[in-house]
Amino acid sequence: MHDILRKAKRVADHAEVFRITSKRTPVQFEANRLKQIQTKETTSTALRLIKNGRTGFAQASGTIDDDTLIAMALDTCPFGAEAKFAFPNQTDFPQVAVFDTDVEKLPLNEMIEIGQQLIDAVKHHAPDIQCEAIVSEAIATVSIANTSGGNASYTKSVFSLGIEGVLIQDDEMLFVGDSDSSCRPIRDGKHVAADVIRQLDQAKRKAPIATARIPVIFTPQGIASAFISPLMVAFNGKMALDGISPIRDKCGKQLFHNNLTLRDDATIPYGTGSSPCDDEGVATRKIPLIENGVVAQFFYDLQTAALAKTQSTGSGHRGGGLPSPSASSLIIDKGTVAFTDMVKNTKEGLIVEQLMGAEQGNVLNGDFSGNVLLGFKIDNGEITGRVKDTMVAGNIYTILKDIEAIGSDARWIGGMLYTPSLYCPKVSVATKVR
Amino acid sequence: MDTIHDQITDALKGHHADYIEMRMDESQSTRLAYRGRRLEEIGRTAGSGGNIRALVNGGWGFVSFNTMDALSEKVALAVQQARFVGKEKSQFTPLQPIVDTVTASSKKDPGNVSLSAKKELLDSYNDIILSTPEMQTSNIGYVDSRRRITFANSEGSYIEQNKIDLNCRLTAIAARDGTVQQIGLSLGSPGDFSAVESLHDEVREMAQRAVRLLSAPQAKGGEYTVVLDPILAGVFVHEAFGHLSESDFVYENQRLRDMMVLGRKFAGKHLNIVDGAAVPGLRGSFKYDDEGVPAHKTYLIREGILCGRLHSRETAAKMGEQPTGNARAISYHFPPIVRMTNTFIEPGATTFEEMIADIKEGIYAKDWYGGTTSLEMFTFSAAEAYMIRNGKIAELLRPVTLTGNVFTTLENIDAIGNDLLMNQGGGCGKSGQSPLPVSNGSPHIRIRHCLIGGS
Repeated sequence: MHDILRKAKRVADHAEVFRITSKRTPVQFEANRLKQIQTKETTSTALRLIKNGRTGFAQASGTIDDDTLIAMALDTCPFGAEAKFAFPNQTDFPQVAVFDTDVEKLPLNEMIEIGQQLIDAVKHHAPDIQCEAIVSEAIATVSIANTSGGNASYTKSVFSLGIEGVLIQDDEMLFVGDSDSSCRPIRDGKHVAADVIRQLDQAKRKAPIATARIPVIFTPQGIASAFISPLMVAFNGKMALDGISPIRDKCGKQLFHNNLTLRDDATIPYGTGSSPCDDEGVATRKIPLIENGVVAQFFYDLQTAALAKTQSTGSGHRGGGLPSPSASSLIIDKGTVAFTDMVKNTKEGLIVEQLMGAEQGNVLNGDFSGNVLLGFKIDNGEITGRVKDTMVAGNIYTILKDIEAIGSDARWIGGMLYTPSLYCPKVSVATKVR
Repeated sequence: MDTIHDQITDALKGHHADYIEMRMDESQSTRLAYRGRRLEEIGRTAGSGGNIRALVNGGWGFVSFNTMDALSEKVALAVQQARFVGKEKSQFTPLQPIVDTVTASSKKDPGNVSLSAKKELLDSYNDIILSTPEMQTSNIGYVDSRRRITFANSEGSYIEQNKIDLNCRLTAIAARDGTVQQIGLSLGSPGDFSAVESLHDEVREMAQRAVRLLSAPQAKGGEYTVVLDPILAGVFVHEAFGHLSESDFVYENQRLRDMMVLGRKFAGKHLNIVDGAAVPGLRGSFKYDDEGVPAHKTYLIREGILCGRLHSRETAAKMGEQPTGNARAISYHFPPIVRMTNTFIEPGATTFEEMIADIKEGIYAKDWYGGTTSLEMFTFSAAEAYMIRNGKIAELLRPVTLTGNVFTTLENIDAIGNDLLMNQGGGCGKSGQSPLPVSNGSPHIRIRHCLIGGS
């Protein structure tokens, strides 16, 4: 890496190298049994150059010689964006635990056993179910170095397991599933199986529902599928800078319910979204986004922060190109109301567990609209069955202002979101006439 | 050339597996991204890597890598993994070996267009969008790529395929009094740069429409008679039916096999649905799939009756049917899985005017914003929508999301237009492999009792 920097410094004013090497071993189950074992190794090197104030960029996966990579980046420099930032010179970072040697040491046999036990537990409850499952371990090393003297490197381990089952009766399909992940091994998938079994139990019967505005309880999974895309657009510093975040000028304003608190936190020990620094070598931190319903701040990478005349929040992430702002691990603080009490106090309502296609609405405006892939009807304080052929639509700025209760049942979803259930008293539900 | 050929052939020898294949992939791409006036990203990428997949006693091993050294050991690892998994008899349709080299053909190769010319063209579109009154910002993403994929297997096939793909999305974002509305235009081509040229009029129209959306009402949620334009109907056929035709969802599940039994009536006699990479000149076109199977054209529904499905060599063998050349992998990081190629509804005889003439109150939905499926249920969203009132196109609506159940919705198609159009923009995602170049298309179609989400 330092060779590339040295060579790049001869032809450009500033340079930064980002490298990630990873090895991942997913064990895949199909139709309730072991199907495939994979070993995936990758190395990718990205070079960012600044020459005459402009940014050039090139990236290579696999082997590439330094000179070719530099020439590719140099090619793009004359057209590139004006660099408004300086590379950071930080070399020491606060400790964030993201590596556990036990992940690498976990034998293949044990991974297979974890997966098979998960499937067996679900199948025991629903003999006709067809399950797919993945148990996976990965080790990745990230290194960042730049010509300002900045230098960062860390190794992260990730263990994940997930199951998806389908039950079919005549022309009706029921999809259930859950997953969990951590930087440490998850040796027991009982909690994942238990959640899938709960979904199966609640979906045993079908319940009718009518087009109306009714109370809707969004479970943690439901929140992940309905609210997160529009929220991430809203708090992205780049969207604020471009004037398309609806809350761009609302810092300090009460836009949400006064018990709602949202933050991005990449410092949670062994969280799969955690890391000591972002992909530009800027230290991560807790970033308050909503504090008691008040818009607190946006998240930024280096370039966006410089354009917005503020500081990077350590949120520069890469997805195959130049860094751009994105969240790491979102946390919504839990409340005091038990989920069972929310249900008990609902005369007629809907529980939304999975909303399909919700991000296809106008997320910029805070709108969502999706098909209830998994949702349950509440009648007179009891869950009466699964609803189908139903759409739920709304706007997060209306719905998250009028929350009536915040659950005490917070959990992780996909390692990237920790949230309780939310009780929203008036949500538009549309359904088929027949 | 020959040395790599020999090296690969040698590495595949002597491993006692039922089947082994190796895929090498070299790619270069150029990407440009604008946000408003800022050219945020202009970059070049290069990639090289490969993978080995082995089948032993019905179990699979898969190893992907970036360096070509110690190939034989990588093959051994894949075989060892497969043996660890395998506990039954392998089922995999055998094929005669094929040795072939496929060159990329392109009217105007994006590789021969300079970076500055690409930038100039996108600048001119961006200027049109941003000079539209009440426009807040724009969003433009452009990617072109060139790949060389070398495939070899233990049956003696050795196929080199060269591919070019390009994809461009232009978005206009208008804002007024805290309301934000956006409209996008997606274009793609299997390598012809002229597909993204001379679009100035379309871009201008799109930008003006984004502004008009600011004062457009939202549809009331509920059931409507809906007319889909060819682009959105293409997304519909892809989401609502195409994915259900992918046999990897079906082949191990007896209940799904019963549900998707060939000969089942799905729709009226007027409905014909096709998928095929052998339909030339489209983004989903190729000569061989990623298991070395020659491209096909497969009828999925003929005269309303289910008559075919999409297969890999394994799903075909397990279902006692023939492979259809639909095993595709997005890159060397992934094994091939069953995917669509070019999917479309064949044209009928109804004109657009006839189709809307007897609709008292309905919705005309055009162009796509997104789509997804759970096989039984699907949702997809239109970028442009109008009310239909008394047989006439009426007021502009905010974008609408449509949803339905595949079985009832296909039955509810009651008119098929005469104006087939293929859409080359976008891409398909499945099992973490996204965006795969595909195309889809249809003539205008009319659907009764379609559920629309709304206020």
